Amino acid sequence: MLKIEQKANGSELIFALEGRLDTTTAPQLENELRKSLSGVESLIFEFEALEYISSAGLRVLLSSQKQMNKQGEMVIRNVRPEIMEIFDVTGFSDILTIE
Amino acid sequence: MISCGKEEHVKELKIGARTDNLDQVLAFVDESLEAADCSMKAQIQIDVAVEEIFVNIAQYAYTPAEGEAVIRLDTETNPGAVTITFIDSGVPFNPLAVEEPDVTLSAKDRKVGGLGIFMVKRSMDEVSYEYADNKNILTIKKNI
Repeated sequence: MLKIEQKANGSELIFALEGRLDTTTAPQLENELRKSLSGVESLIFEFEALEYISSAGLRVLLSSQKQMNKQGEMVIRNVRPEIMEIFDVTGFSDILTIE
Repeated sequence: MISCGKEEHVKELKIGARTDNLDQVLAFVDESLEAADCSMKAQIQIDVAVEEIFVNIAQYAYTPAEGEAVIRLDTETNPGAVTITFIDSGVPFNPLAVEEPDVTLSAKDRKVGGLGIFMVKRSMDEVSYEYADNKNILTIKKNI
């Protein structure tokens, strides 16, 4: 289960995720991002309530990072330790901007 | 024989190798991990490993036909460890032989292929593969 909440403020867009970002739910996030990213200069992921991420979720984050490198910046906030561990193992902590 | 407090529980799940069965597979695994007082960190690492392996079987083992996967779960206490074996009768495939991704590259140059099995290798204590009896047998072990 993944709950996605979007908050737009001018060219800033916040995606607050709650639950699990896995094989089953990653396509849902990918679709929402595809619809929303046009014109966004600052993309913020709020991960406080995200409990789980698998490589399917990492794939979506990487493609958004690539997209945002072209049009602005992307930041991930409030990452839980269990998920930070996965970012560390996969080298994603060096690619992503985590606050 | 005097038991030294070591206990072993084995459970098995036979399930259609389809990604929409993932939740059922994870529920099967989590039930045992919770009963074994597994830490949240180890549980997430095991869940990620199970997802990567099961989804891989679902997407590649039998395509385009459908087949089954058998998941055998063995929990030990004193010391705590969980061993999970994945068995499928699909095309022979050794995921451990896949080239590892370069995790030091920048976002621009990064590819995500092979990342799943890389995470499995890094987070589990033991990973092994064999092909026997026309079956792929992949085993992971994690001390909990």
